[in-house]
Amino acid sequence: MALVPASSPGHESRRTAYVNARLFDPASSRNEVGGLVVDQGVIADIGKQVTEEQSADTEVINCQGQLLIPGLIDMLVFTGEPGFEHRETLATASDAAAAGGVTTIVCKPNTKPVIDEVAIVDFLERRARDTAKVNVHSMAALTRNLAGEEITEIGLLKAAGAVAFSDGPRSIKSASVFRRLLAYAGDFDALIVHHVEDEDLAGNGVMNDGEAAMRLGLPGISDAAEVIALERDIRLVELTSARYHAAQISCAKSVEVIRAAKSRGLPVTCGVCANHLVLNEHDIGTYRTFFKLSPPLRSEDDRLALVQGLADGTIDVIVSNHDPQDTDGKRRPFAEAAFGAVGLETLLAASLILYHEGMVGLDRIISALSCTPAQILGLPTGRLTTGAPADFALLDLGMPWVLDVETLKSKCQNTAFEGRKLQGRIMTTVVAGRSVYQYEASD
Amino acid sequence: MTANNFQSNPEFPHAHLLGVEHLSFQEINYLMDLAEQYVQQNQQTNKKRDTLRGRTQINLFFETSTRTQSSFELAGKRLGADVMNMSVSASSMSKGETVIDTAMTLNAMRPDILVVRHSAAGAVELLSQKVSCAVINAGDGAHEHPTQALLDALTIRRHLGKIQGVRVAICGDVLHSRVARSNILLLNALGARVRVAGPSTLLPTCVDRLGVEVFNDLEKAVDGCDVVMMLRLQSERMNGSFIPSSREFYHFFGLGAHALSFAKSDALVMHPGPMNRGVEIDSAVADGPQSVIREQVEMGVAVRMAVLDALSRNLPDQEVA
Repeated sequence: MALVPASSPGHESRRTAYVNARLFDPASSRNEVGGLVVDQGVIADIGKQVTEEQSADTEVINCQGQLLIPGLIDMLVFTGEPGFEHRETLATASDAAAAGGVTTIVCKPNTKPVIDEVAIVDFLERRARDTAKVNVHSMAALTRNLAGEEITEIGLLKAAGAVAFSDGPRSIKSASVFRRLLAYAGDFDALIVHHVEDEDLAGNGVMNDGEAAMRLGLPGISDAAEVIALERDIRLVELTSARYHAAQISCAKSVEVIRAAKSRGLPVTCGVCANHLVLNEHDIGTYRTFFKLSPPLRSEDDRLALVQGLADGTIDVIVSNHDPQDTDGKRRPFAEAAFGAVGLETLLAASLILYHEGMVGLDRIISALSCTPAQILGLPTGRLTTGAPADFALLDLGMPWVLDVETLKSKCQNTAFEGRKLQGRIMTTVVAGRSVYQYEASD
Repeated sequence: MTANNFQSNPEFPHAHLLGVEHLSFQEINYLMDLAEQYVQQNQQTNKKRDTLRGRTQINLFFETSTRTQSSFELAGKRLGADVMNMSVSASSMSKGETVIDTAMTLNAMRPDILVVRHSAAGAVELLSQKVSCAVINAGDGAHEHPTQALLDALTIRRHLGKIQGVRVAICGDVLHSRVARSNILLLNALGARVRVAGPSTLLPTCVDRLGVEVFNDLEKAVDGCDVVMMLRLQSERMNGSFIPSSREFYHFFGLGAHALSFAKSDALVMHPGPMNRGVEIDSAVADGPQSVIREQVEMGVAVRMAVLDALSRNLPDQEVA
């Protein structure tokens, strides 16, 4: 059940034509100059036949050759609502999303209270309807209170609108609980999104285990902590055939594990965080806590393997793992600081670094941010076709910009890209036919 | 004098001493030579100078310490500074005040030098970014303890006449040891040949990347060494099982007369203290003729005076205000 944001009555009834755009839609392999007509919040027509010649009641917007891409879908977002509104609300998260071309966000369940009850899913739906300008979906908890013990009401939660099930930043320790979860979720064709980390092995680690951690005197998290959890999960998927999605992988060995699982024909998909595609453990430098992420940034070899995995389709989706942390959480000694970085606004621009460097094709990047997550989540968005919701964005692919934290829409400024030179900027974001973001030079 | 050109000491152009890692060969030797002068001075009846007269030094210890804190206190007082000791208990930190809050509060009292120890790696560096005075790292987590490494090197140089080519074995709990990291970096910078030894559970991942030879056998590690440096087994930092028992640890990694016999006959025995006698070192060896452990303490005061002196030359002149 997709949530349509509130919009002014009458607005949707007006037809709008976006013309003279380069239509870029990986789902239909469309890459041509043309236009798109929005009517009643859906795409009424698309193609090169859509030109400035429109009937009088149609508003015409000239896109001046910019790229028109499907609205992006971010499968891994922490919004803070309910319980952590000082870090982010649905309203501020959706502002940030809109500025990044993201038209759909999927919220992690580690709120307070945890999204483990139908009532909380309902609450989020209503809050999103009233306050958010992009589509908001909930990912409900797999286990009550994320404790890894009791299974949540997966059937009822799914019926209430939860698009996936996850324990957020927690991994389920018990293999038998996880096996039952997979089996039970399979009955409802529910998607399980799992944080893959053996918490026991990760221990009190705060960054990638290796030379950099040793030199900084910080406890490390071995990539084995991820690979062991991932391998275990996949062996259990093999027993149950539920749909399984590893929320994010961070190392070369995990890419191999996913590749092998896919070649065995298992219903396994995985995501990678944009941060891990363009940063590595050395970006931590001298204890820069904005680079303290979970999973940790790994070695350059790991990063290159992730990029390769994305390019060849082993890795399905790119996520932001948007995790706003206030200065109180970050202005601490590295080991004591909170994990996480905001990422909604830089999700696309960070991913485009790989395109501009010639490492991954634009087609792969956009599909990993739109139609592929839509397909995994079972959403009607993420593609530019007649009848689909009019969720799309205009992108100036070549525009250079420098990330100024003061312009971030998120409530928190813990970005891993402060001052970074980026290329490719969202000019307009449209959700259900309604323009929710317009670039202004001051942004 | 402006903040831009405050660096008035060309031989040591640093605002803080946060670690050994970024010190050059010349800067290390400069500090050691300066310390040598203070060793002489400390042996006089009148040990007092007015180098730091009018300056305020605060020893800010988030982790309890007896020797390092008193060593810094004495060093400051012998140079004429007003020294205040401040121990921040874990309880007041748990009230929610962060390291930065504490640092900002103290900074408002306009100290000239902050000597800081903290249990988290990088905490001292973080603090140094938020204050306007000189900061000396007196130990941060398992990261660095630069004055300890300087005093160890000074002790070795006074006995052996050089550091270049000297074979040093650093043994025991290397994993939890900031002393080990700073010593490895500093001794390597001065051309020593450094070995580390310990059970694999107490050696950091990739420690070989620091340019040391790694041993899991104490006798092989000390074989032919000029210096045997034992580390304190930091049981308080061990959550979980690192070694089966201190008895077994002593059996394989405790420095007794037999293990020491594999080193050169006049090899120096060192320990940063406080010692766990009968765990990493035998009392007979700790108090024996090859032990320079007490001399390390003496060098500690001189080295800290040298560091305070060197950094104070870079402090802005207060009279200008």
